[in-house]
Formats: sequence, structure tokens, C-alpha cells
Amino acid sequence: MPQTWQRFLNETGELSRFAGRFFSQGFKPRYEISELLRQCYIIGYKSLPLVGLTGFIMGLVLTMQLRPSLISYGAESQLPAMVGIAVVREIGPVITALIFAGKIGSSIGAELGSMKVTEQIDAMEVSGTNPFKYLVVTRVLAATLMLPVLVILSDAISLYGSYLGINIKGVISLDLYFKQAFDALSFDDFVPAFIKTYFFGFAVGMVGCFKGFNSHKGTEGVGRSANSAVVVSSVLIFILDLLAVQVTDILGLN
Amino acid sequence: MEHILTIERKSIKQEDAENVLSIRNLYKSFGENHVLADFNLELHRGENVAVLGKSGSGKSVLIKCIIGLLDPDSGSINVLGQDIEELTIHKMDELRTKIGFLFQSNALYDSMTVRENLEFPLRRHWIKLDTEERNRKVMEVLTNVGLAHTVDMMPAELSGGMRKRIALARTLILDPEIILYDEPTTGLDPITGKEISNLIKAMGEKYNTSALIISHDMGCIRTTADRIVMLIDGRCYAQGTYEELKKNNDPKVKQFFE
Repeated sequence: MPQTWQRFLNETGELSRFAGRFFSQGFKPRYEISELLRQCYIIGYKSLPLVGLTGFIMGLVLTMQLRPSLISYGAESQLPAMVGIAVVREIGPVITALIFAGKIGSSIGAELGSMKVTEQIDAMEVSGTNPFKYLVVTRVLAATLMLPVLVILSDAISLYGSYLGINIKGVISLDLYFKQAFDALSFDDFVPAFIKTYFFGFAVGMVGCFKGFNSHKGTEGVGRSANSAVVVSSVLIFILDLLAVQVTDILGLN
Repeated sequence: MEHILTIERKSIKQEDAENVLSIRNLYKSFGENHVLADFNLELHRGENVAVLGKSGSGKSVLIKCIIGLLDPDSGSINVLGQDIEELTIHKMDELRTKIGFLFQSNALYDSMTVRENLEFPLRRHWIKLDTEERNRKVMEVLTNVGLAHTVDMMPAELSGGMRKRIALARTLILDPEIILYDEPTTGLDPITGKEISNLIKAMGEKYNTSALIISHDMGCIRTTADRIVMLIDGRCYAQGTYEELKKNNDPKVKQFFE
């Protein structure tokens, strides 16, 4: 077997074992509630400006790009509906998750990586703390719980951006815009898209922690952990998205 | 190679003293690399023992085995009367409150202030203290290492020697019975290294601890150690006081003293 494949399979196995450890240890006491809340603040609240900005630009640009095509079909009035569906079902969750992977995946990877190489993780263990619970479980849970919230906020900001986008060349009231957008949407559009964001958040947190926790000695290892945390979690987001669309299709929610 | 040198020790008054740490027939390998092979060591109460060896000779592996960060392949490690391989995680955590560990890289938590760094072991070991008492304890150890003014600073704002002192303060805050020092003077300039060595000696007397000092810095060893154990080829190759070993003619021993 070529070496790259072997390495890939090895790493996949180790990542799965790492995730298994999360489930076997994460729900047993002692619970690190205050650290979890601190991580929710760092991972969730502190990501809000970035996620909000990208969401806003995404909505606005999407609207301006779609507009000429829809005009040529005489369907300009369908802009709110089209953008609404696109943002809520697919673009909002995926783009937000990718931005999240870039910001949070790399910071977790680098933080835990540097803690590993400077023996801080060992120091925690010696201080009567299970570093897996204190560092990994809290971060993975925080990422899993915070990404869905960020996606909802980002969706809302995107739709507002789109409303402004329409008003650059046309005129529509905020009431009418949201009425048209929400008329086109149903819970079947929203719920599967919302559920998949939990998996995206879990993947970002888990891969970031895995890469950081298994960082090799030296500062080069820290950089590599941060980098591969982003690459792997971004790819995983697309793979999970692919799986999610199949599952919702089978369940008849598409 | 079967010629372990047993140097007759002139000061054997501690021979009968209680052992706080005893290691028997310890083996540890990483793949084909046999780092520790039949290593034996005893540490008496109140004694400072230095383990001397080249870089990569397994000194750090040895103390990581003692504190339970690495599992030995075979052999027994008895710390304060308890065999560590038989301990549950819970009991091990309890035992760790009595063992201090000074990391080579200090391992101060970058995201926390000096105060939070020092409070961390107190909080995590479920030691019930009210805020006032905790503050008092933090200030006490900081004063002892001569850095009371740094209490609200971040580790990144401190120099290497100061960081080492803070790390030592964090080790002392739990009043440990044994302290394991992993190359305490590595990476420091000779003057600061000397200050740290003196501090180790002084704190050992003040807090009445036993210490195992892993080092290859002869100056530090000379200042701090009552007895030196030479770790060569994974075994205890020779032991004795600094002066005794210095007089030894074995080439492997001699090279450290040249």
C-alpha cells in the first residue's frame, strides 16, 4: 500500500479513536462547566464580528450577482425568495462553518499545539487535571454548541445584506422583503440545514483539538497543527455536507 | 559492561533513613531504543539526589515515569510507600499533590496571570481555601522566590530566570514532600543558573523537601545535590558525592568532570 494511503488511514483511525475518547470521557463527572462557558465566550461570542461581516457581504454580493440573471427572466421579484433559500439551506451554514474552521480550527490547533510542546498539557495532568476533559471536551462542546447559533445569526445578517443589495438598484421595504423571503421558506428548509451545523461545529472542534493534542515537538509542529486543522476540518465540512444532502434526500426533506 | 561502580560512601548517615522514593529494575523502551534498562534508585527523606547523564540518556523519561506521565515497561516505582502502577487515576492525583514537578520549559500557562498559574494546582486538587487564605499562600510562595511584585503579570512579560522562579513557586504551593526537577538550569545564563541552583537548595531546606534533580549542569549539581547518580546506558552506572565521583578514574565518569 502506498505510504500516503497508509498515513491517511492511520490518521483517520487515530482521529476516530480520539472522538471515541470524547464520548467515553466527556459525559462523566467531573464537569468543567466554568471552562466550557469560557470557551463558549471565546469560540462563540468572539467569532461573531467576523461571521457577521462575512454573512453580510455574502448576502449582498449574492443578491447583486443574481439580479441580472433574474431580470433577464423577468423574475426580479423572486430575488428575496431565491436568496433566502440559497442562504438558509446551503450558503449560510457552509460559508459560516468554513470561516469558523479558519478562525477556530486554527486557533485551537495552535493553542493546544503550543501547550503540548511547552509541556503545559503535562503540567495540567500533574496538577490533578485531566487535560483531555479540561482542554478537549470543553472546546469540542463549545464549538458544537456555538456554530449553530453563529449560523442563525449569520443567516439573518445575510438576509439583511441582501435586502440592502436589492435597494441599491431597486426599491423594496424591509417588511415586504422578509415576507417574500419567509414565504418561500419552510421548516423543511431550515431544520436539516440547522442540524448539520452541529456536525460541522463538532468536526471543527474535534479536528482542531486532535491536531493540537498530537502536535509533535517544536514550533514547526505547532504551525503544522494549525494549518492541517484548518485544511482537514474544511474538507470534512464538505464531506459532511455531501452526506447531509443524501440523508435529507432519503428522508424526503428536499 | 557489567561493572556497576559502587563507590563507598563516606557519609552514610542517611543510609537508614526512610525512603520517599524507590525505583527497582525499571525498564522503558521506545521501539528499539532501550532508554532505561534495569535502573535502580533510592531517595531518602530530606535528601537531594541529582541524576546526571548525557542529553537523550533517559533522564527526563525517568522522572516522567515517576510522576505517571509515562508508563514503564516493567519494574516498580514506589513513591511515599505507594506503588504507582497499582494506583487508580484518583489515587494518583492524590499522590501528585505530594510530588512537585518543575518542568524543563517551566510549563507556565501562557493564558493565565502569575496569580492564576499559582492558584491552578490549588483549585484543581480540590483544596478548600477561602480567597484570603489562597491569596496569602500565593503571596507567601512568591515572596519566598523573591518575585512578589509579579503577581498580576503574564508569563510572557517575565524573563527566563523569573519564569523558572514562578514555576518553582507553583511547585512549592502545594507543600510537596518530593520535588522532581527536570533540568532546572538549562537555557539560563550561568549567573541566573547559579541563582536558581541556590534557590533550589534554599527552598529544599525551607520547605523540608526531598529532591530528585535531573541535570547535566555540573555547577547546579554541585550546589544542590547531596548525592549524584550517573545514568549511563540506561542503568545507574555509578553513584556518590560530587567529590567522590570527581576522583573516580572510570573514563565514562571522568568525562563529566573534565
